[in-house]
Amino acid sequence: MELRERALKVDSPFLEMVNQRSRQLIQLCYHCHKCTAGCPVAFAMDYGPDRVLRMIQFGWKEQVLNSSDIWICASCETCGTRCPNEIDIARVMDALRQIAVEEGLPTKERNVPLFHNLFLSIVKRLGRMHEASLMGLYFPLSRDLFSDLSIIPKGVKMILKGKIPLLPHRIKGSDEVEKIFERSG
Amino acid sequence: MRKVGVFVCHCGRNIAGTVDVERVTEALRSYPGVAYSIDYLYMCSDPGQDLIKEAIAKRDLDGVVVAACSPAMHEITFRRTVAAAGLNPYLCEVANIREQCSWVHRDDMERATLKAIQIIGTIVEKVHHDEPLVPLAVPIARRALIIGGGIAGLQAASDIAAAGYAVILVEREERLGGRMAQLSGTYLNFDSTADLLSEKVEVVTRNPHITVLTRAQVEAVGGYLGDFKVKVRQQGNDKEYEVGAIVVATGYDLYPKERLSEYGGERYPDVIDGLEFERMLSPTGPTAGEVRCPSDGRVPQEVVFVQCAGSRDPERGVSYCSKICCMYTAKQAMMYKMQVPQGQAYIFYIDIRALGKGYEEFTQRAMEEHRVLYLRGKVSKVFPQDGKMMVWGADTLSGKRVEVAADLVVLATPMVPNADAFGLAQKLRVATDEYGFFSEAHPKLRPVESLTAGVYLAGACQAPKDIPEAVTQGGAAAAKVLSLFSQEKITHDPIVAAVDSELCAGCGICVEVCPYEAREIHPLTKVAVVKEVLCQGCGACLVACPNKASHLRNFAPAQIMAMIEALEGG
Amino acid sequence: MRFSYYPGCSLQATALEYDLSTRAVLQRLGVELIEIPDWNCCGASSAHSLNETLALALPARILALAQKEEVDLIAPCAACFNRLKTTEKVLREDPARGGKIERVVGFKYVGGFEVRPPLDLIGNLIGLERLHNMVQRPLSGLRLVAYYGCLLVRPPEVVQFEDPENPQLLNRLLQALGAEPLEWSYATDCCGGSLALTRGDLAKTLVTKLVSKAQEAGAQAMVTACPLCQVNLEMRQEEMPMLYFTELIGLALGIDENWWGKHLIDPRPLLRTLDLSD
Repeated sequence: MELRERALKVDSPFLEMVNQRSRQLIQLCYHCHKCTAGCPVAFAMDYGPDRVLRMIQFGWKEQVLNSSDIWICASCETCGTRCPNEIDIARVMDALRQIAVEEGLPTKERNVPLFHNLFLSIVKRLGRMHEASLMGLYFPLSRDLFSDLSIIPKGVKMILKGKIPLLPHRIKGSDEVEKIFERSG
Repeated sequence: MRKVGVFVCHCGRNIAGTVDVERVTEALRSYPGVAYSIDYLYMCSDPGQDLIKEAIAKRDLDGVVVAACSPAMHEITFRRTVAAAGLNPYLCEVANIREQCSWVHRDDMERATLKAIQIIGTIVEKVHHDEPLVPLAVPIARRALIIGGGIAGLQAASDIAAAGYAVILVEREERLGGRMAQLSGTYLNFDSTADLLSEKVEVVTRNPHITVLTRAQVEAVGGYLGDFKVKVRQQGNDKEYEVGAIVVATGYDLYPKERLSEYGGERYPDVIDGLEFERMLSPTGPTAGEVRCPSDGRVPQEVVFVQCAGSRDPERGVSYCSKICCMYTAKQAMMYKMQVPQGQAYIFYIDIRALGKGYEEFTQRAMEEHRVLYLRGKVSKVFPQDGKMMVWGADTLSGKRVEVAADLVVLATPMVPNADAFGLAQKLRVATDEYGFFSEAHPKLRPVESLTAGVYLAGACQAPKDIPEAVTQGGAAAAKVLSLFSQEKITHDPIVAAVDSELCAGCGICVEVCPYEAREIHPLTKVAVVKEVLCQGCGACLVACPNKASHLRNFAPAQIMAMIEALEGG
Repeated sequence: MRFSYYPGCSLQATALEYDLSTRAVLQRLGVELIEIPDWNCCGASSAHSLNETLALALPARILALAQKEEVDLIAPCAACFNRLKTTEKVLREDPARGGKIERVVGFKYVGGFEVRPPLDLIGNLIGLERLHNMVQRPLSGLRLVAYYGCLLVRPPEVVQFEDPENPQLLNRLLQALGAEPLEWSYATDCCGGSLALTRGDLAKTLVTKLVSKAQEAGAQAMVTACPLCQVNLEMRQEEMPMLYFTELIGLALGIDENWWGKHLIDPRPLLRTLDLSD
């Protein structure tokens, strides 16, 4: 019963919100699953891109924003390139991530937004990326130091080859960049 | 001054619900030059028309204004009515107080009523200035040109010729038969298309009234309904034919599969389109009817059919449904299974559209009797692996991704207009839609006529169609041609441009702007003359003429000015 | 030929060999590069995941700097290229959003220059024929698969580069160098680079698949034009060398290559077996 009632609200405010933010028309989807069939990471998602679109159509905001899908999407754009209805699904996923972060929703994939936040905080301070800082912050905060031990020796090798500079470089216009961050909200 | 009668229609509540029709009738009664006015519930009904006829007789009216719906609806009706009462029909005009008044001012009855009075006043002024016109007579060349010798063109040709009229049938290829000649069998009953077609071709080639021109193409078209002049080029030789009517039956191409890059388009020999599979199934085809993989000639054990491959795909293909693919893939899958019973046929579909007599039962047979596996979902990618074609798709009903290692992939690419259609449409001055299909005059009521008088449409040149639909439309186009040929003469609307030779300087600007080639400078008098049967009354020449020497009959400048003054006065 | 140059963060760090080889090769091909002064990070996938305005404003600052040079901009990193093209499209086609970005960055987009990846510059502007004629050491016997990844070709309406399903330029370029590009069907499949750290398990799955498909095709190495793919593919396996196409051009043109040592999977043993390296 609950399901039926929800399904009736096809023109949901959530659909409008996601449409507007992503500048896509999600209601155009006719559910052919071409997106999901070609998605390289759908196997690891809770639902897959097609069902995410369906749930947006129905206005199932919480399920969508709490799904692992929005963070697992690798932004590879295969789905949007092949979609017969010109829906750029990667833009939809971006919009969903942004909404989820703005609304402070918890997520099963907390490390993905953590990574993005740390990445941007470094760029905000330096104007550029500094991989050593990113690793130094990400590994302890993600509490994920030991699940992926295989890459540690490679990381060390990279440092030795000078591919991960230890000292950060701050650009001269870093205050300009910081202003861009502030104005971008 | 004329004695004009004004007839105000309620159109049920459509007009009377917003416009105070009685007040309008009253107001017009005292309008200068109006001799009579009356309102009625439905003026287009028989009693309504009788009211008009009676008033003309009793009140000796010599002008009529019907205030009602748009003239596009009933101008012809009311002009016939006044003609029946002995009045020149061009002295009857319609004042539109529905679409342009009551329907758009539902919230303001007072102002809608005043506006209706003003609208009617302007049309009263127009009638005062109208000339009694006589329709133009056009000669008819009772010979038809059919462009395209596929099944639609063959049907049209044989039907017209059966009535005893001459037909010129122009076919681009060496043989008649068109796309149907490339097919293996028909759906529903697996009849051999070669057999069906040979009967039709026989009828056409044996009929002495039909001149078949193969390897021929239409080069140029001049003239108009009843008197077209068509230049046909056949193997380098041009010949001109005079025909009264033209049937376009140029058929279709398939959307090029190489544009569907994710399916491997032209890259992989074992990814083919529906017509290529038809050739394979056809006894006259390259494999003499045996299904084989083009790459190495093996018998495919797994065949995947991909429906909507480029159709219903505004992103890279066409938006429309190609209509016939659901049926022919079912047929092809069944024919494959009959040949290779142990093989597996998969059909990826989005919706099964089996809209025709016996069609649904046919697709069901594919599933039930022939064990064709239908999977609802679109294929995302096709690529070679280990000598097979990997197909990545989905089954939306189970929500699962599906991978098939196929031997052969058949793409049901959509029907698109014949590559030459656009050039031909320009020669014929016939409109095409956004995809290049020929546009019918009305999607519901005039599906076999083009908007150009005397040019009719048959078959897939107008939209995707299967064989029975193409035959139906070919026959319908023939019926239109025959009703034209059975008239003694045809008439043309006399509301056309005219030139005041006193004012014309012979500058020729009007000749250039006329979109219908209805103007020329007379070689002796050096002033512009109007070829009246070509003129469509568009008014371009009026605007262009620097000397104001051109006018449109019953839209003369003095007339328009009087109408504007009536508005300002009101 | 003069171009401005935006190396981007990766080329100063994990993709040093891409930067070294690109600069060396373009110099040999007679291209003068002017590195944009004081450039910033484009924001990559982190910005567009979290903040749409920021995701356009960071690349807009780079475009603002490049605009002053009045020549086309070369962006070797596929992610930077993608973000720059996305921003350029908004600035060109969407006055409302474009205007907002201009206000945030404090500049006016005038345009008049194109953003190009080096593959476009070398393959299309300089031309493969000219490249072929300059080859001193043909890469004979080197069997390769071209791997584009995502960001160079998708979304096609934004990057307007090659057919995202079947790009061919890299293959033809490798051919022009005398190498043997192999057919495979995974040239634009995703390697999971954007999840490389956060979901290493997924990245590993995708990388493993790509490498095994490359091996099935008979490849001795994979060739990329994207630093994110390259580092992800080198981090997650041991067998398959991952080469930048510019490194191979350098090798074929006989440039004294100083970049091989930077690789995590050293390609020199492979090159030695083919007498392509000392």
